[in-house]
Amino acid sequence: MQAQGEQRIDGQLVDRSIVLAYFGAALLFMFVSMLGGLLMGMQLLRHNPLNGIEFFSPGRWRMVHTNAIAYGFLANAFLGLLHWAVPRLTLRPVLDRRLSWAIFAAWQLIVLGTAGGILAGHAQALEWGETPVWVDPLAQVGLLLVAVNFMAPIVQLRGPMYVTLWYFMAAFVWTFLTYAMGNFVPQYFVSGTSAGAVGGLFIHDLVGLFVTPLGWGLMYYFVPIILKKPIWSHGLSLVGFWGLAFFYPLNGIHHFLYTPIPMFLQYGAIVSTIAVELVVTTVLINFFGTLWGRGREVVTNLPIRWFYTGMVFYFLTCLQCALQTTLTFQALIHFTDWVVGHAHLVMFGVFSMWIFGMMTYLIPRLLGREWYSRAACEWHFWLSAVGVFVMASDLILAGVFQGWSWSSLAPWYDSIAVSIPFWAVRIVAGLAMFAGFLVFVWNLWMTWRSAEEIEFSSVPVTA
Amino acid sequence: MFESKSGVLLIAGLTFFGFAFLSNAVVPALMYADLPEKTAEELVNPQLRYQFEELGRRFPDAFVAAFGEPPTSGDVEGWWNARAAEALREGRDLYVGEGCWHCHSQFVRPVSNEEQRWGPVARSWEYQNELQRPVLFGTRRVGPDLSREAGRRGSDWHAVHLFDPTLTSTKSPMPAYPWMFDGSPDKPKREALALITYIQWLGSWLESYPLYESYTPAPIPREGLLEEHNGQ
Ligand code: HEC
Ligand code: HEM
Repeated sequence: MQAQGEQRIDGQLVDRSIVLAYFGAALLFMFVSMLGGLLMGMQLLRHNPLNGIEFFSPGRWRMVHTNAIAYGFLANAFLGLLHWAVPRLTLRPVLDRRLSWAIFAAWQLIVLGTAGGILAGHAQALEWGETPVWVDPLAQVGLLLVAVNFMAPIVQLRGPMYVTLWYFMAAFVWTFLTYAMGNFVPQYFVSGTSAGAVGGLFIHDLVGLFVTPLGWGLMYYFVPIILKKPIWSHGLSLVGFWGLAFFYPLNGIHHFLYTPIPMFLQYGAIVSTIAVELVVTTVLINFFGTLWGRGREVVTNLPIRWFYTGMVFYFLTCLQCALQTTLTFQALIHFTDWVVGHAHLVMFGVFSMWIFGMMTYLIPRLLGREWYSRAACEWHFWLSAVGVFVMASDLILAGVFQGWSWSSLAPWYDSIAVSIPFWAVRIVAGLAMFAGFLVFVWNLWMTWRSAEEIEFSSVPVTA
Repeated sequence: MFESKSGVLLIAGLTFFGFAFLSNAVVPALMYADLPEKTAEELVNPQLRYQFEELGRRFPDAFVAAFGEPPTSGDVEGWWNARAAEALREGRDLYVGEGCWHCHSQFVRPVSNEEQRWGPVARSWEYQNELQRPVLFGTRRVGPDLSREAGRRGSDWHAVHLFDPTLTSTKSPMPAYPWMFDGSPDKPKREALALITYIQWLGSWLESYPLYESYTPAPIPREGLLEEHNGQ
């Protein structure tokens, strides 16, 4: 049944080529983003070989760095993964394949337009939403079409749905609303402090209501499939989803503590942030309960290793978040590299690691070939995991020193001098991540090129 | 309800999002609804006018090339105010486009001795204007806060600093912006003039203007650190 079912699913339901196309685009933008990060990192070390060239202005490339991750890497990878997971979960194809390809093309134009616009100096003053104002309406239409395309198979389902679909459905609504709120409200409707409150909501919701639900939805899908056992507790799945849905959107203002935004709103955001940490703990208990008794898979099964390493990092970032959101910590670490460390830990250490795990699992299935080199897969994992761990710990520590330096009222330059060694370590760690990424791309290329095509269903799960 | 499509879409998707938006965004918007939002024209104050005219005297050729010949009769005041407002808007766009706000914040907090370093804590009304759409609070400080920067340094300093930060602040990690100049710091283009106008506006509305950084150096020995840096 397995093999036959797979054939049918593969042929009629899942369009393998579009999944691959999205992965290709995602990897391209990850490459661009990493170059941007390295450029900005070198600028901070005052060794930027391209200093003084308008097109390579580090401030612009810093925005390309973060936007290429959000809209180029994460969004593309998620769209590809949705094209794999949604038809398989609903046993129905997406609304229309031509629409899928049209969305694919349109989304790449949106990302390229964003990058081009930012490099030409047309950024919008919204962190993580620097997409130029003329890109915003297009992206909004794109998000709507994405939702329609994937909701078509989902609405035809009868009865209760699997956890993954709760997350996906909510994510379609939230992403659309978040994008609209962040890009239009503080630009056209409110200014000043109220715009700050909306901006905080936007930064946070983009992580919490777009990236997080898609990421966790995919974890609920892939982990049981690969481990061949159900999720440990359905009750905890419910707690996790509804806890996230309620508390996450209330967190936004924690990005702007000690601003003129009313204090009672700041307290509200702090309390909900700590609530999110409790919710996250239940989700992690659920996933480690699922792994219970099969712990060795973390050693032998690469995708599972990527996933669970990401989950450990997830726990660490959320723990960090529960601490750093308190006003006590904020006084010291806000504005410092502590936050940058946090951002890399969550965006790379968690979500990119999960995506790499899913790619590691899916590429052999998409190409019908075994990975060219298992050793290269290992290198990719270790360079990424160690790289991001070193980068994050280094920057978090740097943040503490910067905070102390500022509050000591020493001349500003002291805080730079104290940061230089940390920034140097960051570049080394970044190069390790970059090297891991290049190894992965090389391995992918070699796999693609390798002639032998094996039976789809005979690909071992440990891929 | 908890596992049904309508529950997920309507309660989690729309209601919870809407609740958060109401409580976290609409509430502050209503609270500050009575603070009028100023246009760039209304933001031009005597301090800024002084700095702007001073730019015209300091870089006469560049200034005329960028903003035209100032009139000697007729509505002289109106001309200067209009050009200053224009420069403010343009300067703000450059500040956004170059990502200055990813290295410089624009709010002073009531903690961490920031009042001593930069001056009065940020207040809501200071941000109620068209140049703060979206607001430029910022979330990262590689360089110092700039919301009290106006008047603290001369425009010639800013020109040199933008042209190449290491000229004024040895070993500064701030990027150079030479394309805003015609080859040397004394030949600013319209971009540089607008950006400097914007910088000279930041905090010019305060009574404590201009506010000089005040600190007593920390008592710990800092050999090596200070020698490395002969600016500041
Ligand atoms: C890579 C981060 C970075 C970027 C981007 C950046 N700066 Fe800076 N800036 C700094 C640092 C660090 C200092 C402190 C050292 C110095 O004086 O150069 C500084 C100092 C300054 C100062 C002097 C503050 C004072 O009174 O001591 C001004 C004004 C300034 N920057 C304006 C700008 C403007 C305008 C832009 C955008 C065109 C910009 N900066 C972009 C890092 C940055
Ligand atoms: C090649 C490796 C990388 C290097 C060298 C690097 C470097 C940097 C630098 C220098 C900054 C600006 C920090 C500052 O303003 O002080 C930054 C910001 C950021 N980077 Fe990276 N980066 C790398 C990879 C990544 C990846 C892979 C991701 C996401 C998956 C990522 C996500 C972010 C985010 C979200 C920010 C914004 C942080 C904030 O504003 O708080 N980076 N990075």
